[in-house]
Amino acid sequence: MKTQPVTLEQVWAWLGEVADPEIPVISVVDLGIVRDVAWNGDECVVTVTPTYSGCPAMQVIADSVADALRLRGLPKVRLVSRLSPAWTTDWMSEAGKAALKGYGIAPPGQQAIDISGLRAGVKRRAAPALDLTCPRCGSRHTELVSQFGSTPCKALYKCLDCREPFDYFKCH
Amino acid sequence: MNEKFEYLLRQGYNALILSQQLSRLCGKGPALEEDMALTNVALDLLGQTRMWLTYAGELEGRGRDEDRLAFLRDAHEYRNVQLVEQPNGSYADTMMRQFFFDTWHYFLMQGLLKSSDPRIADIAGKAVKEATYHLRRSGDLVVRLGDGTDLSHARMQAAADDLWTYTGELFLYDDIDNAMVAQRAAPAAEGLRAAFLEHVGEIFAEATLAMPSPDAYMQRGGKQGRHTEHLGYILAEMQFLQRAYPGVEW
Repeated sequence: MKTQPVTLEQVWAWLGEVADPEIPVISVVDLGIVRDVAWNGDECVVTVTPTYSGCPAMQVIADSVADALRLRGLPKVRLVSRLSPAWTTDWMSEAGKAALKGYGIAPPGQQAIDISGLRAGVKRRAAPALDLTCPRCGSRHTELVSQFGSTPCKALYKCLDCREPFDYFKCH
Repeated sequence: MNEKFEYLLRQGYNALILSQQLSRLCGKGPALEEDMALTNVALDLLGQTRMWLTYAGELEGRGRDEDRLAFLRDAHEYRNVQLVEQPNGSYADTMMRQFFFDTWHYFLMQGLLKSSDPRIADIAGKAVKEATYHLRRSGDLVVRLGDGTDLSHARMQAAADDLWTYTGELFLYDDIDNAMVAQRAAPAAEGLRAAFLEHVGEIFAEATLAMPSPDAYMQRGGKQGRHTEHLGYILAEMQFLQRAYPGVEW
């Protein structure tokens, strides 16, 4: 049997350079939406999972993943969408969270199970985030402005110390 | 097999019609934050619609995809509950409709997580996270507006009293629902109804709103294709493009 010229590690590394179309500082790997990479003969199969069910960026992400691998010479690339287990921000890498913060977006500050309503039923208010700090000045003195922001994955907050508004990547 | 197809259509159409209703408020929300929330909720529901209708089309096996099921069926073929087709009205009406829907939707998705059909369980696993966020928001607004000014309180109470008659259908099971329950593919009505009434009761108490009687007269028929007069107008707008230019694609 012929050995594969490209290792899976190499494919993962290439995917690590594919940016999220809405938040270009984070890669699709750091975002946790690439679930699996595998060879099926000479075909490279990449399994991705959607973030939010209606997220309009998903098609762009699928296209840019396929394009990135074809550009690097992989002849056959197939994308598979997998729904379960459902994507959670718990899968976001530490590097990804740091990149978000550097970009001015506060990263998710909780474990998803704590706000999912699956553990203790739904309460009117979610438990407050343990680590929601202003990405600019680091203050914990912040306030929710809007539960929804510019994309499905974000909420809008403001810092009560430096007075700047900022996006919060919702725990999901 | 046929019952499951019908059941999937109901879930898809519930999400689709409410999504369409909320989308009509884009750019017209009472505040920017509300505008963004309404359209984000609409987007989540549209994503869920696609998952339900795609599965329905595959199960049916006649080559109908999500678009054909959404855009080329008439009102009497729609299987959504009457609650979601009620007019946007004032913001009190919009939010009360949302709160009743979200409460039922949240508990239904919780139940469907345990469905014997793995694909239904997968879709519910995706949807329940979004439903939780929606329910927190709509419950919060019911409290803030119910326990707000005299005017907001009066409007919320009127909205609750008007819309209550459309909540009975959510728990009125027919042969299709019962077949799904028998297959362990969907949760039974009794537990869902109890959870719904308990949560609505809790939020209404906090909102200083009077809870309408669970034994009040309830409307029925949406799930079987008998709709209020509002649905035809909603479909006329939503389906225009596909009706005027059949098979058109972006």
